[in-house]
Amino acid sequence: MPKVKVDGQEIEVPDGATVLQACELAGKEIPRFCYHERLSIAGNCRMCLVEVKPGPPKPQASCALPATEGQEIRTDSEMVKTAREGVMEFLLINHPLDCPICDQGGECDLQDQAMAYGRGATRYHENKRAVTEKYMGPLIKTIMTRCIHCTRCVRFSEEIAGVDEIGALYRGEDMQITTYLEHAAKHELSANVIDLCPVGALTSGPYAYESRPWELKKTLGIDVSDAVGSNIRIDSRGREVLRVLPRINDEVNEEWISDKARYQVDGLVRRRLDKVWIRKKGKLAEASWDEAFKAIARAKPQGSIAAIAGDMVDCETMFAARTLLKACGSDLVESRQTGMDYDVSNLAAVNFNSTFAGIEEARAILIVGSHVRWEAPLVNVRLRKAAKRGAKIFVVGPEWETTFPATFLGEDAGVLGNLPSEVTDAFKGAEKSAVILGAGGFAAGAHGAAMATASTLGATFNALHTAAARMGALMLGFASKGGIADLVSAKPNVVLALGADEVDWNRFDGSLKVYIGHHGDKGAHAADIILPAAAYTEKAGTYVNTEGRVQMSDKAIFAPGDAREDWTILRALADALKVEVGFDTFDQLRAAMVAEVPALGVEGLADYGEMPAAPAGASASGTIGYPIKDFYLTNSIARASVVMQRCSDELLHGDDIKEAAE
Amino acid sequence: MAARNIAPDTPELRERWGSFSFTDANREKADWHIRKYPEGRSRSAVMPLLDLAQRQVGAETDTQGWLPLPVIEYVAEYLSLPVIRVLEVATFYTMYNLVPVGEFHVQVCGTTPCMLRGSDDILEACYARGMKKGHTTDDGLWTLTEVECMGNCATAPMVQINDDNYEDLTTERFDKVLDALAAGETPKAGTQEPGRHTSEPSGGPTTLTAMVDANHDYRSEW
Repeated sequence: MPKVKVDGQEIEVPDGATVLQACELAGKEIPRFCYHERLSIAGNCRMCLVEVKPGPPKPQASCALPATEGQEIRTDSEMVKTAREGVMEFLLINHPLDCPICDQGGECDLQDQAMAYGRGATRYHENKRAVTEKYMGPLIKTIMTRCIHCTRCVRFSEEIAGVDEIGALYRGEDMQITTYLEHAAKHELSANVIDLCPVGALTSGPYAYESRPWELKKTLGIDVSDAVGSNIRIDSRGREVLRVLPRINDEVNEEWISDKARYQVDGLVRRRLDKVWIRKKGKLAEASWDEAFKAIARAKPQGSIAAIAGDMVDCETMFAARTLLKACGSDLVESRQTGMDYDVSNLAAVNFNSTFAGIEEARAILIVGSHVRWEAPLVNVRLRKAAKRGAKIFVVGPEWETTFPATFLGEDAGVLGNLPSEVTDAFKGAEKSAVILGAGGFAAGAHGAAMATASTLGATFNALHTAAARMGALMLGFASKGGIADLVSAKPNVVLALGADEVDWNRFDGSLKVYIGHHGDKGAHAADIILPAAAYTEKAGTYVNTEGRVQMSDKAIFAPGDAREDWTILRALADALKVEVGFDTFDQLRAAMVAEVPALGVEGLADYGEMPAAPAGASASGTIGYPIKDFYLTNSIARASVVMQRCSDELLHGDDIKEAAE
Repeated sequence: MAARNIAPDTPELRERWGSFSFTDANREKADWHIRKYPEGRSRSAVMPLLDLAQRQVGAETDTQGWLPLPVIEYVAEYLSLPVIRVLEVATFYTMYNLVPVGEFHVQVCGTTPCMLRGSDDILEACYARGMKKGHTTDDGLWTLTEVECMGNCATAPMVQINDDNYEDLTTERFDKVLDALAAGETPKAGTQEPGRHTSEPSGGPTTLTAMVDANHDYRSEW
């Protein structure tokens, strides 16, 4: 623990800290462009120069200099001021002064730091450098003349994403950042380089020229595109969500989000359900709320009503639905739309028990039936970190392109009962280890076998769900023993589909299907009555991610047209059905929910108690398949999104989409 | 430094070089280079391998060789490296040619010491033969590049042609070298100054003169 003096203030810094970190600990702001906490140190922008004694009598790049005992660091001397001004002047030599037409304006590191640390004017009057635009795919817009060569994007794609595709070609003044032959960046986290870029060289393609950051209302939200529960900031203007950015949460998404979480939001204004519809003679016709409620009441739901929750539903909606069903004398609830029926009597057995941060510490990991890169891109980032620290990773299931060294053990789940010695040896030597069961594994019925494998290997059992609503639903008991088959065999008069788009609706032929949701997708196509509801940006809600982390999301905008927040629809339906649900406001609803499941009232990891013993004699067999066929089109919002559709066409299906001639 | 650009990725380029692979002799050399580095660090061998590839391309085309994209991809695959990492190296170092060059790659140093000693005249001599910076002559013989300091300032001006340096040039001496090369001869490499061997002071030593013939103890004279 070296002691250093920063501007005369003595502080103790952790071993291995850099001078820059020491300055930050002392509360000094050090300007920087290339340095980033989560990337390797490059030391090429020179903006973080400070004066360090002992050492050569010149400014030192603090990001790359280790703090050592007895250093005297000055960040406020004349030398440092001049050095920063000099570096800034050099950076601005070739940087265009096009801030008024640059999308980064208002949230640009270079702009801010030029104001804070630069000199007032330039002394340069030669020609500036110009660089041609580079194509990086449908999401990233490039204006490479603005690039200051910090190489954050290069380091991100190499170190975090694990897909080496961005590089710096040529040298010196001619240096250019590009992908190989300007191929599109093809990974699930590619758009994070937009946030990393300290200038306006890489900006958001779909959001280009939409708005200025100061016009936007910023709402703290939770992403629902997968079960990771990424923390997001929803930027909206008026009644439209313009973009989604990640929030920093080291426990969950660090500071990245997947491209789907970021760019599916343009789907929020397309194919929306904004009116009530009733199917008359096979055709959907516009109707009023009253007519719809009356039609539902006519179908005799008392004692014969079921509810199926979709993948993006918040806990409050599910609780309201379950309360309504109880009041109607039914408990036919299910959230596992595709018919999975694994045992949910103990939630520890369906939870990601290692936690996302904890999985990095594992030294041996067995993935059963999960295409992690598509099902949870941010967990894939953690797995890559674990692999870099020496973890051995094995996968049961069809091969996919991993971003870390992994051994595939075949597609047959039967291998769990007879693991090769290579696997058992790796687990024997590992202090911490994990078995991850993905959606493919659950669907193949490998739950029990995977639990048994985890306990024989001495590994922590983890379930990696794909639905944002899954853990919340299970905590609310929104599941039936036999899965959706139980609901089918009960032949309910009315089925409430809460944004459920993946259900095989043919099995509910005799029931009145009421779709309460926000997009005209598969669920709405099959429905008899459509009640327009709010999407995740349009309502406050509680979500539980796959590691059992309870998180709350705020309402950013109002739902379009006649659409209402889901719970109000259910509350009004209760009146129409003449039953009592016991809440009239959202606060009362949330209070009632927390009273029943106290864990949902506390943000953070829910405690599910001890891991149960694996069911005796559990075994698995059969081929594992992955549920996600197309990463960009997994939910109704993404399917409505033009951007996601384009990503799917171009990045996954290779359609060469030509840029429209400008 | 001359502006460099990657040769465009065309179907013709793919057809010509798509099937490139090391000859047996080069493969052996490549593996020898890779073996110089510890296990798992084979990417360190990227530079010698690129050089080998460029020389093989040169041998196949009877020129100084260059690195077409399919060849860069081949090297990347040989070392299990992402192509972009190899391309970064190939574009960074100017001794890797990114476009085809002629039989003789004339690299004229134009940095200050050479310029003061008359590199402009050398360039003029090149232009007189129809060479143009960054281009190959129509007969495929000469490619002219102006380069930065090659570290031969003591014998400026200098020109590097293929793997050899020609130093202490004047227009006449340079012409003679070029004529000899064009005629298929091998002119003497290094300094062209009569009586000079390498980069020793021209006109004989000016310091430590007593040491020229035999060892001399200077200590008493300090």
